[in-house]
Amino acid sequence: MDTELMLKVYPFFLEAAWVTIQLSVLTAVLGLICGALGTAARLSRLAVMRFVGAAYVSVFRGTPALIQLFILYFGGPQIGIQLDAFEAGVIGLGINAGAYMTETMRGAIISIDKGQREAARTLGLSRWQAMYKVILPQAARLMVRPLGVNLNMLIKSTALVAAIAVVELTYTAQRYIGSTYKPFEMFLLAGILYMIIITVVGKGVSWLDRKVQIT
Amino acid sequence: MGLDFSIVPKYMDIILLGCAWTLGITVAAALLSFVGGIVFAVIALYAPWIIRQPFRLVEWVFMGTPLLLQLFLIYFGLVQIGIDLPAFVAGIIGLGLHFAVYNSELIQTAILAVDKGQMEAARTLGLSRGQALRKVVIPQAVRDVIPPIGNNMIALLKDSALVSVIGVSELTLSAQRIIGKTYRPFEFYVLAAAFYYVINLGMEWVQRRIERRISLSR
Repeated sequence: MDTELMLKVYPFFLEAAWVTIQLSVLTAVLGLICGALGTAARLSRLAVMRFVGAAYVSVFRGTPALIQLFILYFGGPQIGIQLDAFEAGVIGLGINAGAYMTETMRGAIISIDKGQREAARTLGLSRWQAMYKVILPQAARLMVRPLGVNLNMLIKSTALVAAIAVVELTYTAQRYIGSTYKPFEMFLLAGILYMIIITVVGKGVSWLDRKVQIT
Repeated sequence: MGLDFSIVPKYMDIILLGCAWTLGITVAAALLSFVGGIVFAVIALYAPWIIRQPFRLVEWVFMGTPLLLQLFLIYFGLVQIGIDLPAFVAGIIGLGLHFAVYNSELIQTAILAVDKGQMEAARTLGLSRGQALRKVVIPQAVRDVIPPIGNNMIALLKDSALVSVIGVSELTLSAQRIIGKTYRPFEFYVLAAAFYYVINLGMEWVQRRIERRISLSR
């Protein structure tokens, strides 16, 4: 193993890791927003909204994220959407992650006992109040852990933007593999940084999960 | 530049060929990931400590890093140690091993969930530990684990798009090549997405049928 080379190039990997972190955070925020909107649509009283929500989930979970990214980044200009690679990465991956998060959030909400909603409605709360004050606080506790799994997948999916030349960890590894012919060393450098990011986030999620449990 | 789908039929044969490659790679990698998943699960549960611990470390790393990065490692790593495989073979190995790790997690849980009495009974009847595992415990574990493995295989189909990056002419790279000639990215990527979606629906249909058969056999 060529440790000398690794020591020489690791600062570039650190910079790239910072880009991966930024991508992950922005994508996660957008994903949560899309997930919340998707969940609202899927649980709506209007059949057309339910259809839109279901179609969103089905299409974005049913096609490769890489293709979605390519449609947005390369195909976007044809329909008047001009984005730089980083923006396209965040938006493409965020909308994709939102589809998975929709299923997570909806699953948690519909698993709350029906009696809770009925009781809240009987007590005179409006539909919205019942959701906001009774159902959601309970469902939120159930969401933390599965959303953590979504988040883990999301962080790894940020590697896809290497294919549209965003200089993040995987792209950097790819470039140095090409120029140094040391695939194992470069994999190790990028891999360690990914593992650190994912482990820290994983610990954060378990901490939050413990924190929100009642017992 | 507006949209013009009228040029699509002219390139349909290339797209269909790409589809065939995507299907072939997905099936081959799925088989590898299934067999590999069983082997990995047995190693992770029953191998001696000295093998088991480093093995778990490797599994942990493969679950914590992106598939695309692993594909680069396998494709270029094999070349470095003198094994010059065609890109599609490297792609199948990369996809297969990646999903074997995920399948192994599922199979380990399922093996541990098989009633202990099954192993004890098999041993009492004179089967060796290996025989008991192979003929009694693992078949039951595999049955329990088929529905979640089905989800992994659908994820594998979508992730097979990544092997385009190492130069395998499957559906995604076929679309890319056509776009190189026609400068029509929107039309052809949407077309590729539509084909993935259809294959995906087909796989979900097969999965539902298999699940129904399993629930009947219980």
